[in-house]
Amino acid sequence: MKRMGQPRRRSRKLTDKGAGALFLTCALLSAVVLLGILLFLLKNGIHTFREVSVTHFLFGTVWNPDAYGKPAFGLIPLFLGSFVSTAIALVIAVPLGIASAILISERLKGWVRVTTKTLVELFAGFPSVVLGFFGLVVLAPFIARTFHISSGLNLLNAGLLLGLMSLPTIISVSDDALRVVPHSYREAAYALGATPWTTALRVVLPSARSGILAAVMLGFGRAVGETMAVMMVAGNAAIIPHSLFDPIRTITSTIAIELGESVFGTSHYYSLFALGFVLFLIALGTNLVAESLIKRERRSFTL
Amino acid sequence: MKKLLTIALLATVVTTLVAREIMVRGSDTLLNLVQNLAEAFSSVSPDVTVSVTGGGSGVGISAIISNETDIADASRSIKSKEISTARANGVNPVEHVIAIDGVCVIINASNSIEKLTVEQFSQLYQGKVTNWSAVGGPNKKVSLYGRQPSSGTFVYVRDEAVKGEYAASMRQMNGNAQIVEAVKGDEGGIGYVGVGYARQDGIKVLKLSKDGANFYSPLDQAAVDAGNYPLARPLFQYTNGKAKGDAKTFIEFELSAAGQKIVADQGFYPVPEGYQARNEANLK
Repeated sequence: MKRMGQPRRRSRKLTDKGAGALFLTCALLSAVVLLGILLFLLKNGIHTFREVSVTHFLFGTVWNPDAYGKPAFGLIPLFLGSFVSTAIALVIAVPLGIASAILISERLKGWVRVTTKTLVELFAGFPSVVLGFFGLVVLAPFIARTFHISSGLNLLNAGLLLGLMSLPTIISVSDDALRVVPHSYREAAYALGATPWTTALRVVLPSARSGILAAVMLGFGRAVGETMAVMMVAGNAAIIPHSLFDPIRTITSTIAIELGESVFGTSHYYSLFALGFVLFLIALGTNLVAESLIKRERRSFTL
Repeated sequence: MKKLLTIALLATVVTTLVAREIMVRGSDTLLNLVQNLAEAFSSVSPDVTVSVTGGGSGVGISAIISNETDIADASRSIKSKEISTARANGVNPVEHVIAIDGVCVIINASNSIEKLTVEQFSQLYQGKVTNWSAVGGPNKKVSLYGRQPSSGTFVYVRDEAVKGEYAASMRQMNGNAQIVEAVKGDEGGIGYVGVGYARQDGIKVLKLSKDGANFYSPLDQAAVDAGNYPLARPLFQYTNGKAKGDAKTFIEFELSAAGQKIVADQGFYPVPEGYQARNEANLK
């Protein structure tokens, strides 16, 4: 027995080491790929500034690289388009998503819970082009009729669709966060005479705060990165929106619309990579903010 | 069973290897038409597949410049800057005219306007006129629909009629069909599409005039052929060098009587004699 155990233990150790090496390689690989993409964006994007000044790019209010007259490369209308539509999406999706997550995690039981969760997760994988089509042929005429405006292809439509799209992510991740709150918390609350709803809102929800914050951040990422659906319903006029009913153009749509036709090696071509870099910075910024919030949360709230 | 699978797999690999395919990319205005032509072509030469995708003339021309497609569809002619980029890339674009189009200016069917001068059209699209009453219509706000910069129609209409920047508030739509849908649902809407997309209920095609005296409709073939309609234009296909092999057979089919009948069925106009001679020279 002892003699047989020895080599087995050795082979187990070897497998363990092998697995460690494999995971390390995978982790390094993804880091390298990410870094590569970043460098690629930077390398191409930087060429924009041979012909376009940095101030013009960052503070210009007109985006018209393929102009009749003088081309313009102003980031502001596109940045605002992305930012405002995402903000509207979150205003809609965050309260709705968290409320749904509380319902699913705390109140629903058995097969009802399982089916609901599965449906929500199924919706997360819904093709965005189908949602875009829905926005174009159903939501747009509806908005136009409801508000007595000429066209429903506008900021409101884009915000609603983006909200709809980030909703499943927020629900699903929030639900997971609520589920991992230890049962002893709930039992303690019940023991103090709290009702199930009070327990959910005053005990479980605050305990899952950092997980829910992560859910919101993921929802934000989904909304800011979405291209197809928003391109179909936003009207794509690169103007600074003054109302919910103005058309907008997002950063992602601009890259998708213009990359195919911009001639390689022109400022127009390079400026699209600069836009990609801006998008990357937005994603990085939000992640850093989320990270620090979660860290602060962990310090103030220890299990 | 295993043997059968292997044979089936081998057969698939072999057929994919020998399958002959022509890639056509570009203009959204030409998309429906060329897809129909490709379908008819497949019954003539069943062993050749023609795959047709859109994206806009700019996308097609950019693809032919970088030699990523066999044929580029374009609703505008290639710019001289694009030709020099192509040459630098070792690509020599050769032009074929496969149909004639009259770009239709469309409005909602409920709008009382029947005609516009090119000057009025330009004022509307530059955002200098924002109410229909200023051009003799109802007291209603104008909402502009146009294409995206990757579109040949976007560039053509801007350079030939607007002769200035489009108003920033113009909604930029993905294709002709989307403009038609939007104008149908918008009482103050105006848009421009290829003639193959304009014969529909719910919208009205306007007559246009260069001089303010004689108005012509793009639905009138004689006016388009004679060049009286201000936005009459040829629709192009570009190949790298003279068309060879299957691409040549396909273009010849498009220009044949059968092909030109499909052009007419799709609402566009057949290639007139003047262009036929040029096409023949470019195909030889």
